[in-house]
Amino acid sequence: MDHSQLAATFNKDESRVTWHDETLWWVRQKRDKQAHQLPEWERLRETASRIKNNVLSNLSGYLEEFEANAIKNGITVHWAADGKEHNAIVHSILQKHGVNKIVKSKSMLTEECHLNEYLHQQGVEVIDTDLGEYIVQLAKEPPSHIVLPCIHKKKEDIGELFHQYLGTPEGNADPQFLTNAARLHLREKFLTRKIAITGVNFAVAETGEFVVCTNEGNADMGAHLSDVHIACMGLEKLIPKRKHLSVFLRLLTRSATGQPITTYSSHFKKPRKNQEMHIVLVDNGRSRQLGRPDFRNSLKCIRCGACMNTCPVYRRSGGHSYHNAIAGPIGSILAPNIDMKDYADLPFASTLCGSCSNVCPVKIDIHDQLYKWRQVLVKDGHASIVKKLGMKGMTFTLSHPAVFNFAGKAGRWVLKHTPFVVNNGFNPWFKQRDMPEPPKESFAEWYKKAVSNQQ
Amino acid sequence: MRVGLFIPCYVNQFYPQVGIATLQLLQKLGVEVVYPLNQTCCGQPMANSGFEHLTKGCNELFVDNFNEFEYIVCPSGSCTLHIKDHLHDERNEAAAIAVRGKVYELAEFLTDVLNVESLNAYFPHKVGFHQSCHGQRGLKLSQMTELVAEPFSKPEKLLRMVKGLEFVPLSRQDECCGFGGTFCVTEEAVSAKMGKDRVEDHLQHGAEFIAGGDMSCLMHMEGILKRQQSKVQVKHLAEILNA
Ligand code: SF4
Repeated sequence: MDHSQLAATFNKDESRVTWHDETLWWVRQKRDKQAHQLPEWERLRETASRIKNNVLSNLSGYLEEFEANAIKNGITVHWAADGKEHNAIVHSILQKHGVNKIVKSKSMLTEECHLNEYLHQQGVEVIDTDLGEYIVQLAKEPPSHIVLPCIHKKKEDIGELFHQYLGTPEGNADPQFLTNAARLHLREKFLTRKIAITGVNFAVAETGEFVVCTNEGNADMGAHLSDVHIACMGLEKLIPKRKHLSVFLRLLTRSATGQPITTYSSHFKKPRKNQEMHIVLVDNGRSRQLGRPDFRNSLKCIRCGACMNTCPVYRRSGGHSYHNAIAGPIGSILAPNIDMKDYADLPFASTLCGSCSNVCPVKIDIHDQLYKWRQVLVKDGHASIVKKLGMKGMTFTLSHPAVFNFAGKAGRWVLKHTPFVVNNGFNPWFKQRDMPEPPKESFAEWYKKAVSNQQ
Repeated sequence: MRVGLFIPCYVNQFYPQVGIATLQLLQKLGVEVVYPLNQTCCGQPMANSGFEHLTKGCNELFVDNFNEFEYIVCPSGSCTLHIKDHLHDERNEAAAIAVRGKVYELAEFLTDVLNVESLNAYFPHKVGFHQSCHGQRGLKLSQMTELVAEPFSKPEKLLRMVKGLEFVPLSRQDECCGFGGTFCVTEEAVSAKMGKDRVEDHLQHGAEFIAGGDMSCLMHMEGILKRQQSKVQVKHLAEILNA
């Protein structure tokens, strides 16, 4: 199913869509409030964008620098060309230690690589320790948002889920109570798991350290209580120097949730005594994207989710309608790089309103890239949309004024051919909207008369 | 001053009164206006659907029609933006670049070129203004709420010159209406929901009219209003400024 079909299903319950929209709009408003408190906001965005530009222009150099420093710090560094390799590396570390139960804190990269499914098939139990992730994991669903994984669930849904899986009293949907229930449950996992996986928000080339940002402290809990810490990161997470964190940490959570900073910004530099620390550096299409000049900027993304919160389409279609680990505007420009055929629909799931590009803390030209992906996808013959629209006949008419004017008498041509009214059986326009009455004469007809009357 | 009037294809065929209002308004302001009869469309419906490579004929026709004018004025932010960003002509790229530089959306032409400071217009109604995304985020006709920057709005400045008009504030100042060209049919469910929500914002604030600079957004919202059998109407900015 493509985005429009999944979104149509989501829209069957209109009051729920309204709730989803308002919940995320509230997050966007919190972001606005925080941003407006910093007069230097736009300069911060510009600076962040330029630092990332530098990173992307010298990526191999920074990667080598980071690797060398990390090794010096006693960290084992692994390289994975794709998701499959990444999963195999993680699994081999678990096997080496004879471990088949692990905890994981939120990492969109492991979602992208489908690590959970893979490990599950290998008989490994993975517990996601971020509360939102934990909830979607119980529900056997993927996250619907990169920062707020269970934003599509109402508290009543969560109460129901916890009742079913954790034995909380039926009908109790008090967030405080439910959080506590999850916490008690997770605590036991933290204490008994020997290996913890975390994501990485920023990796500092200069020092070989990495920074993980969470609000719940669950990454620290996992990492500090485990004998082995595996950190998985995409190649683009690098920043050159530690001082650059002062730019990114100020932008990240203000953009994401409208907090001045994440509750925990944890720096990991070297393993504790008797602890093992691994970093898995994953490409999975990133080098390919880097080689596409029109789309390379998408690799600047720091996964704040602001583009989703502001996106009027995301808010009204839900994250799952994007059928990709990363939803929303940024997901729609990343996914076609991974598979043009499977994700050809996503760049069309937008009105190109441009709000995403305006909130993006690293100033990715998201909506321009959506437009450019459309051109690429149509030329490559991928979009099923191609057939739907009958564009060729349209361009012919619009290139030939005589045909246009003949066909176009008082709305006839537009009524027949414009994509938003084209009558192919049951036209979606009319489902919830009326069309204007075609007027007696077109503007051109009126104008001709007006001019000849003057003469 | 001789101005070429560029009327979007669907305005020409569905909303002739908007073309007429634009023409009359410019004439009132002392501008000589010519409507080149061979014009069709800016090519945006194709390009936004991924068919920019098929817009060559459309583009060349546009250059031929409008090359000769000092300014080109269009009562649509979206079509203006498309010309500004995407007009090319292999036969004569210099001409295409020149055309791109002299095409103006109506409101910005009034505020920035004609420097209009007062208008003789009367429209005694409560009006909510729908700022289209292409006009706003593309042409920068007004400040965008996402940015930390000084607010301004060219169309609002003009509407405030209209006597009797009461400007209605909105909860979401610059949210997209969901028209989006072919999006309105390929993503019917989301498009319609976006439109309903946008209309609702105006209704809740007591607007009698939803005004805008892009008839495409207004057509979409009008479709929803009509389906709801609402008395609220849509009006193009030009019609109000010419009232
Ligand atoms: S594209 Fe920009 S706004 Fe969207 S998640 Fe990435 S950094 Fe945040």
